[in-house]
Amino acid sequence: MSKTTKSQNGKRELSDSVVLITGALTGIGRATALAFADEGSTVILAGRREEAGRELETELRAKGVEAAFIKTDVRFEKEVESLVDQTVKRFGRIDVAVNNAGVEGTPGPITDQTAESYAETFDTNVLGVVLSLKHEVRVMKAQGHGSIINITSTYGHIGAAGASIYVGSKHAVEGITKSVALELATTGVRVNVVAPGTTDTGMLKRFTGTKENYDGLISTVPMGRVGRPEEIAQAIVFLGSDKSPYLIGASLGVDGGLLA
Amino acid sequence: MIATQTGYPATGLSGAVVLITGALTGIGRATALAFGKEGSRIVVSGRRQQEGFDFAAELQAMGVQAEFIFADVRQEKDIITLIERTVERFGRLDIAVNNAGTEGKIGPVTEQTAENYAATFETNVLGVLLSMKHELLVMKAQGRGSIVNVSSTLGIRGGSGASVYSASKHAVEGLTKSAALEVASLGIRVNAVAPGPIDTGMFDRFAGSPESKERTKAKQPVQRLGRPEEVANVIVYVGSNGAPFLTGQSVVVDGGRSL
Repeated sequence: MSKTTKSQNGKRELSDSVVLITGALTGIGRATALAFADEGSTVILAGRREEAGRELETELRAKGVEAAFIKTDVRFEKEVESLVDQTVKRFGRIDVAVNNAGVEGTPGPITDQTAESYAETFDTNVLGVVLSLKHEVRVMKAQGHGSIINITSTYGHIGAAGASIYVGSKHAVEGITKSVALELATTGVRVNVVAPGTTDTGMLKRFTGTKENYDGLISTVPMGRVGRPEEIAQAIVFLGSDKSPYLIGASLGVDGGLLA
Repeated sequence: MIATQTGYPATGLSGAVVLITGALTGIGRATALAFGKEGSRIVVSGRRQQEGFDFAAELQAMGVQAEFIFADVRQEKDIITLIERTVERFGRLDIAVNNAGTEGKIGPVTEQTAENYAATFETNVLGVLLSMKHELLVMKAQGRGSIVNVSSTLGIRGGSGASVYSASKHAVEGLTKSAALEVASLGIRVNAVAPGPIDTGMFDRFAGSPESKERTKAKQPVQRLGRPEEVANVIVYVGSNGAPFLTGQSVVVDGGRSL
C-alpha cells in the first residue's frame, strides 16, 4: 500500500502513528509489525519471548522507525496494563492496536477436550483480547481517536471438526468486537476484525500436524494456495489507517475465498 | 500478483484500467475520483451523456486518463459495447466496480408490483450479472483482474419497506460469492462492498423526507451518515492488488448499522 497521505479532514497519517501489536514476534504479527514499519509508524512489539522480541526490535529500528519490545503475557491483566501504560509513557499515545496474540490450543475431538485445554486456549484468545481492549480503549477514549484490529480466523465464522475449542474462542472474539464497536461508535475509536484463512505460519503447521493434513486443508481453499502473512498484514494496515472511519465492527475475511 | 521488494503486495493502482458503472453520482463518482488520485486510468459509465462527458472532462482536468462510455446495464448489448470500447481504449481491464443500482419504489410489500420488482431487479441484479459476465470474459483471457460489486447493508439484513431493494442486494451477495468461487483459481477476485446509510442522492430518495433522514442518522451507532469517499476508499483497497488473498467477501461499511 502506498504511504497514507494526510486526508482532507486532518486525520493522522500512518507515518505519524503509534501502533501496538500483541503476539508480534511470529507469523501474522511479525508481518504486521514490518508492514507498519514500512509505512513509517512507531511500532510497539508485545510478546512473551525476550530474545526474539529484542531481535525484531533491532530489525525494525534498522528500517529507520522507532520500535520497542515490551515483554507481555496477555493472559495477565497487570502485564497488559503495564504494556499500555509503558507505551503511552514512552510514545505519548496509541493510535492503532492489533490484538493478534493467539494460540491454537490442542486440536482434537470434543471428547478429548478438558477444562484445562479450554482454559489454555480461551485465556489467551479471548481473555487476552478482553484485557487488551479494556486498557487500549481506556487510552483511546481519552484521546478521542484510535483504531483497534482484533485478529480472528475463518474459524470465527464457521466450524471445523477437531477444532471446537479454537473455533469457539475465535467466534467469541467476533462477538466481543461487535459489542465493543457499538460501545465506542460515537467516541472516534473504531474496532474491527481481520479473519485470516489458511496462512503460511508456524501455527498452521502445528495446527495441521502432518504434511497430508496441511495439503488437504490448502486444497479446500478456492484460490488453491495458502495465504502469506504479508497479505493479511496489508489488510490490517488498511483497517488501521484513517481511510474509512465509517468502517466499524466489520469482519474482513482474508481467506482466498474460504467463506464464499 | 505484483509484490514489492519486501514481499508485501503492491496496490498496482497506478496505470490500472478501472471500469465503474453508475459512475456519475454518489458512491460511483467518489470511487472514480479515488481511483483517479491513485493514478488509475478510468472508464466512467452511466446513462446520462452530458453528465458523463462533463465528469470525464473533470477527471481529465485532474490529469487522469478518463473516458465516459454510455451504458444502460440492463441491456446486454450496451455492456458488450462498454467492455469492448474499454479494452479498445486502454488495452485491458484490471478492476471493475459494478455500482449501477436503483432504490426502486420503497414501500410495504403489499404495495409492490411485478413492474417495480422488474425495474429494481433488472438494474441491481441482471445489471450486475451481465456486467460480471463480460468483465470476466476479458479477465479470464488476461488471467487476472478484480471485481467489486456494490451491494448494501440491506444485502445482509432486511429493511421494513425495502423488501424488493433488500432482496435484490441479497441476490448480489449470492452472485458475488458464486462468481468468486468460479474464478478463484484463475487469479481473479470478486468481492462485494456493502455500504450502510451514505449521504447520497439515492439515500435522500430512499429516506423520502428530511425528518426521516434525521431519524436514520439518530439510529446509526455512529450518529451520522457515511460519506461516499469512505466507501470509495474501501472499494479502492478491495479492488487493488494490495488485497490479493481477499475474495468472495462482503466488506460492510456501515458505521455499525448491521451489528
